Amino acid sequence: MIFSLILGFLLLIIGLYGMLTQKNLIKIVIGFSIVDTGTHIIIVSIGYLSGKTAPILDSTVDLANAAKQVVDPIPSALVLTAIVIGLAVTALMLSFVIKLYQKNKSLSIDDYQELKW
Amino acid sequence: MIKRIFILLALVGLVLMFIPFLRDFDFHKELSKLSSQYVEGSINDLNTQNVVTSVIVTYRGLDTLGEVTVLFLTTAGVGFLLRKKKASLKTRRSSELLQTASQFLFVLIILTGIFIFTHGHLTPGGGFQGGVLITTAFLLLILADVNLKFNYSILHFVESFSGVFYVMIGLFGFLILGMNSFLDPTILPLGNYGKLLSAGAIPVIYSLIGLKVGSELTTIIDKMGGE
Repeated sequence: MIFSLILGFLLLIIGLYGMLTQKNLIKIVIGFSIVDTGTHIIIVSIGYLSGKTAPILDSTVDLANAAKQVVDPIPSALVLTAIVIGLAVTALMLSFVIKLYQKNKSLSIDDYQELKW
Repeated sequence: MIKRIFILLALVGLVLMFIPFLRDFDFHKELSKLSSQYVEGSINDLNTQNVVTSVIVTYRGLDTLGEVTVLFLTTAGVGFLLRKKKASLKTRRSSELLQTASQFLFVLIILTGIFIFTHGHLTPGGGFQGGVLITTAFLLLILADVNLKFNYSILHFVESFSGVFYVMIGLFGFLILGMNSFLDPTILPLGNYGKLLSAGAIPVIYSLIGLKVGSELTTIIDKMGGE
């Protein structure tokens, strides 16, 4: 589906724009989440074959001819694990934000100049 | 101002890089050779209905082991950052409705999670989804009472038990079937196609992954709930 592919790229660019322009640390994390979702949509829509069914071979799929009737299972498998990993990485970033806020009482990226050159 | 222009230029450059990809992208009409091999193998060699599960657990099992390691690393990172013993927070009591509903729904959500990861080889779902669902049950408990204390020894026991057994099942492949068989599920009998006890070690491995994901994410939520 070309539309879902375009939607995925759109989300990716919106997320990158948010990450680059926002000053608030939590908004940067949200931008990362949007990039994550966009990538997932792109990967899944690459594996989509129009008019075919999910790769679960129960009684509705003719087993002798199964490879002709299902969509690509590999992108689904990749995205499945990536979603959970994305959740965990978001949690890690949010705990960095919590720690930074406790130390400097500020959520603005402008107050953290230590690594700036 | 100049920074904003550079950001816009970078994004426009990115869009210009994506456009040829979108224009020249041709959608497959058929499965690629590798994918059809996976579908055939899932029926003939592994007796697994859900092809996605057989790809995750068997054909790319090492990859999944790596993903579980990444999950463990992020949990360790969260635990390292938020390691301070949480003080009892003085908060407003959550509403009666939430407290009663969380106690009622907790068991049901846990049961649904276990159902999802034990049936990962038959229906949509599996260890990762089931584990996340179990975590939502604990999240509901934390929302109802922020000062809730978990039994950490059980949580850590489940986490290390599932991790160790996952690797050990992989190593059994070495011992029983020979050198090329790390994480080969055919060490257990394959059973009848479409039954719960089929597909060799796939349901066992996926249940272990479910427990691992569930306990890791519960640890994360517990650490973050204290802040």
